[in-house]
Amino acid sequence: MAEIVLDHITKRYADGTVAVDDFDVRIADHEFVILVGPSGCGKSTTLNMIAGLEDITEGELRVDGRRMNEKAPRDRDMAMVFQSYALYPHMTVRENIAFPLKLAKMGREETQERVERAAGLLDLAPYLDRKPAALSGGQRQRVAMGRAIVRDPKAFLMDEPLSNLDAKLRVQMRTSISRLQKSLGTTTVYVTHDQTEAMTLGDRIVIMRAGLIQQIGPPQELYDHPRNLFVAGFIGSPSMNVVPARLEEGLLRTPIGDIPLRGRLGRAAEGPDVPRDVIAGIRPESFEDASLVHDAEEGGTFTGTVDLLESMGPEKLAYFTLDTGAVRSEHLSEAGGEEAGEECRLVAQLDPKSGARRGQPVRLWYDTQAVHLFHPKTGENLTER
Amino acid sequence: MEAGRRSVSGWTVANVVVVLYAMVPVLWIASLSFKDPSTFTDGSFIPRKWTLGNYAGIFTNADFVRGLVNSIGIGLISTFVAIVFGTMAAYAVARLTFPGKRLLIGVSLLIAMFPQISLVSPLFQIERALGLFNTWAGLILPYITFALPLTIYTLSAFFREIPWELEKAAKMDGATPFQAFWQVIVPLAAPGMVTTAILAFIFCWNDFLFAISLTSSDAARTAPATISFFTGSTQFEDPTGSISAAAVVITIPIVIFVLFFQRRIVAGLTSGAVKG
Ligand SMILES: Nc1ncnc2c1ncn2[C@@H]1O[C@H](COP(=O)(O)OP(=O)(O)OP(=O)(O)O)[C@@H](O)[C@H]1O
Ligand SMILES: [Mg+2]
Repeated sequence: MAEIVLDHITKRYADGTVAVDDFDVRIADHEFVILVGPSGCGKSTTLNMIAGLEDITEGELRVDGRRMNEKAPRDRDMAMVFQSYALYPHMTVRENIAFPLKLAKMGREETQERVERAAGLLDLAPYLDRKPAALSGGQRQRVAMGRAIVRDPKAFLMDEPLSNLDAKLRVQMRTSISRLQKSLGTTTVYVTHDQTEAMTLGDRIVIMRAGLIQQIGPPQELYDHPRNLFVAGFIGSPSMNVVPARLEEGLLRTPIGDIPLRGRLGRAAEGPDVPRDVIAGIRPESFEDASLVHDAEEGGTFTGTVDLLESMGPEKLAYFTLDTGAVRSEHLSEAGGEEAGEECRLVAQLDPKSGARRGQPVRLWYDTQAVHLFHPKTGENLTER
Repeated sequence: MEAGRRSVSGWTVANVVVVLYAMVPVLWIASLSFKDPSTFTDGSFIPRKWTLGNYAGIFTNADFVRGLVNSIGIGLISTFVAIVFGTMAAYAVARLTFPGKRLLIGVSLLIAMFPQISLVSPLFQIERALGLFNTWAGLILPYITFALPLTIYTLSAFFREIPWELEKAAKMDGATPFQAFWQVIVPLAAPGMVTTAILAFIFCWNDFLFAISLTSSDAARTAPATISFFTGSTQFEDPTGSISAAAVVITIPIVIFVLFFQRRIVAGLTSGAVKG
């Protein structure tokens, strides 16, 4: 159990690639922190630097106040779960889990006891004498977890531990990891590129892009107050809708109607160096079928023809095409949303009671106060500064 | 269906031809070794007059027995040393980037390619000067030199197959680099090491050139060289029987070696390490 401080850490590889740039985060004791971002943004590199598997080029890593930069992995007392599980194929499950204890020269009885306890926690007891080759993917994943928890380390480091599992098992393991971490209370750094995992697991999310931290905060905060277009596009599923918009006198002109510049939109429009052409973002959840909204005062309406309707059970997703070009921004393409087509598309999440039909026009209501405005060049969220 | 059966029988024929081609000379030698000296030239494949006399003869020949001992000792020591150093070097080649890595690979390839015959005279002079001539060390050293490129090559191929994450996992589990190597990497590379050891041993065991040039007496002369010194019991008698018996005898350890370790030379030992 430990507090981990990454003090302005930079990683420059031998070939000059800056994989992590000025990473500055303080991870509290017991905290579950998620590192999330698109492929190649430096998540694994950051984790490996905490683990000691990669050297730190600049900055300082401190655990409980002690500098760790020069310490070998085994002197850092952290356990790691790899994406590939990295089980030792020549050892049985029992030997795999006991390996860290064997290296720590722990007595036979205590080793036995700890292995059994870890196996019990992870439902591995029936498989203790099998080799990893004779286990299913989910079981291997649990053995990898077992090897991490058996030693009671200062911190867990996990690099996409669930990405090799099928969807259902992933959800299952997600909850058990969450529960395990809560009951053990061990500081955890968890790397993923899956925004759902990030949203559901962590106390705090660190969202990265091209080696730079974009935003740090609890999941809900990132969702409600994305600092820039990249974060807005990355967090949330389906992703936030973005449409081109234009600021005029007291009005925001968008393809889904004119929005009066009041409240936070008004404040955003008055800010310094705000261009006339901006990007407006609105989450699918901020829409509703107008006929189901009684108090349609605070909001705009928009009528469109449903291209496609997906019934998800607790909600319906309606897809529309707007008669305007799609927003093009480098901040979006990297966020992992669908590849932007020529046309501007819109997704609305509606109540299942909605009468929207495919091919039929429907009138939508949306919450104008939930609209975000982004700077088209820098991607900065103008409504959040 | 028909075509499938035809191709199976085609393969069978091809295999039989290859096996026969390889085995006939060996069997011929074996047959000779069991023939009574009076029937050597009868041209019959199956001996008409069986005898174990040839075998009895070579084992009462102190030179040959001594040669066997030399062969086994020199072969095992050379193999052991080559494997130990070869494993470390191969690991470095496979896993690390260090200055001069390409040079190391290039030089070891060069050594493997070098015609041994051109080294015999210089080696002879050097060993005489150093007092290594006609000693075990005098053979072990050149054997190691020539076995090392082989071991480095084959072993580095094996090491490359082992997922690197296993080593990282071991480090995270608290292993020193040496423990990670010894407890995780080496067991996984074991089939490769055994295969390589067999190849290295066979190389040392079969060598004739160095054995004949760098020895002058029983002190270090290995079995293949000893055989060339066989004489018949009288001046006019051919030592054919003894030579073929000795040839069979020195083949047996190799066969045993391979059969014994065949089970360990199995692929797929690393399965289950990563992913699913
Ligand atoms: N040994 C290396 N030498 C040079 N560049 C490297 C090296 N390892 C990684 N990189 C680069 O550093 C950047 C970050 O890599 P990293 O593995 O941390 O990405 P990641 O966020 O974990 O991505 P993924 O989600 O695909 O695993 C990438 O651009 C990668 O190409
Ligand atoms: Mg990665």
